[in-house]
Amino acid sequence: MITETKGYMSVNFLISQAKNIQIVIDENAAEIEALDQNIGDGDHIFNVQRGLKLVVELENDIKNLPLQKGLNMIAMKVLSGIGGSSGALFGTFFMSMAKTPDLDKNIDFNKACEMVITGINAMKERGKADVGEKTMMDVLIPVSEKLNELKNCNTDMNEGLSEIIKIAEDRMLATKDMLATKGRASFLGERAKGHIDPGARSSQLIIDTICKSLINK
Amino acid sequence: MKKFINNVDDFLKESLNGFGKAHSDIIKVNFEPNFISRKTKTKEGKVSLISGGGSGHEPMHGGFVGHGMLDAACPGFVFSAPTPDQMQAAAEHVDSGAGVLFIVKNYSGDIMNFQMGAEMYSGKNDSIITNDDVAVEDSTFTTGRRGVAATVLVEKIVGSLAENGGSLEECKKLGEKVNKNSGTMGVAFTSCTVPAAGKPTFDIGNDEMEFGVGIHGEPGRKREKIQPSKTIVNNMLEAILDDLKPQKNEKTLLFVNGMGGTPLTELYLIFDDACEILKSKGIEITRSLVGNYCTSLEMQGASITFLKCDEEILKNWDAPVHTAAMRWGM
Repeated sequence: MITETKGYMSVNFLISQAKNIQIVIDENAAEIEALDQNIGDGDHIFNVQRGLKLVVELENDIKNLPLQKGLNMIAMKVLSGIGGSSGALFGTFFMSMAKTPDLDKNIDFNKACEMVITGINAMKERGKADVGEKTMMDVLIPVSEKLNELKNCNTDMNEGLSEIIKIAEDRMLATKDMLATKGRASFLGERAKGHIDPGARSSQLIIDTICKSLINK
Repeated sequence: MKKFINNVDDFLKESLNGFGKAHSDIIKVNFEPNFISRKTKTKEGKVSLISGGGSGHEPMHGGFVGHGMLDAACPGFVFSAPTPDQMQAAAEHVDSGAGVLFIVKNYSGDIMNFQMGAEMYSGKNDSIITNDDVAVEDSTFTTGRRGVAATVLVEKIVGSLAENGGSLEECKKLGEKVNKNSGTMGVAFTSCTVPAAGKPTFDIGNDEMEFGVGIHGEPGRKREKIQPSKTIVNNMLEAILDDLKPQKNEKTLLFVNGMGGTPLTELYLIFDDACEILKSKGIEITRSLVGNYCTSLEMQGASITFLKCDEEILKNWDAPVHTAAMRWGM
């Protein structure tokens, strides 16, 4: 088991992560937008930015709430405020995380992993997308699998997080040579090849930011 | 970007406000969550039809709310699917007890959000998914064909059946029939500019066209040099007829749709070309629709939709309709 650290997945943890992610996404917005314009229609970055802004703005409403309530409020905000595929998928992610049992107890690293795994599984179900289809799931599913591995073994936490960073990056880059079979890029056939999937890129940046903030914490 | 805008963040709200004011005799615009409903309550026993999708395709779908067509429409942000709470609120608002039929264009975001909306709505409901775009290969390896301009025809024809007492099951069946018997092909000369992006979605040369373009400016089958209208229309029709394989004496509806930036003059010219080409193939046009109904902001371009009609489809097409964008017979 990985070193137990107090305070994983508290409402404040989520808000502070959202703030960090907002900075990183803004820094990379032009790149993500360009990727989407190559193979999609260019709405992804605005949806992600709008979602992050909405979550950060929730701070005062949710900072004193128990985790489950906070997650549900984030889920509803994301679900009703974003739109597009991203809104449905990330809304589903938070909604499912909120359904993980025993959220009123202290959340250790293993429990936090379980929550994220539950959330990603629900996204997979909602989007009916698996790995190899040139979507954000190409990054998220392998990350979820790695988290599942980590929570059952005695890896050093920093090492585990570094591995996740590497997996997310490799899988994001791997979408470049894929044919899309889900989402708007799927309508392009061969022409989608040669472009990294924008959803995979934004998801990788999110994971990268969270993991880096936890390393050596 | 040259657009009539005050503030990008207020773009949708202000446009919806204007729509509500301009058509206050037919519809009402509801905010937070956003949906457009008829001014009058759904009559008891009538199935409610709800559609929706990203904004930027006006008059689709808000312009089709009214007698003989939709009961409500849920507009998302420009080119982004609406959110489940919009569909839930619209369903709760319009359902008179006979159930709700959601009409959804086949795009991943629309499918997911409408599914969640349907799950959140406690009343009886069902959905049909339109996928008329023949530019895209339909195979088990893709999301499938896109739902584009034939959605307008589905909404009109099913809207009439619902108005005349068709059950939820019958409405769904007719909608699926219209969708299955229609095919659409689009061509774009220029890109469109999403207000939030502030710049064109794609680059295209002065002498180029995108053949098989999607309604959000997604690339299509291929990029080509522009050609005379007759050649373009012939290629569009060939793609559609290959897919639909109409019989010689079959009754048909031909729908020439503008993408927003092409004048009606050109749309009628396209219609003329299409008539001649179809005539040479022994296909007669029984009904027609020409105009900007399923647009892509200010994109220059057009799509052609071909619908094979039987008596049921024709009868419901001809039935009275009174919406902001379509009105006849009343």
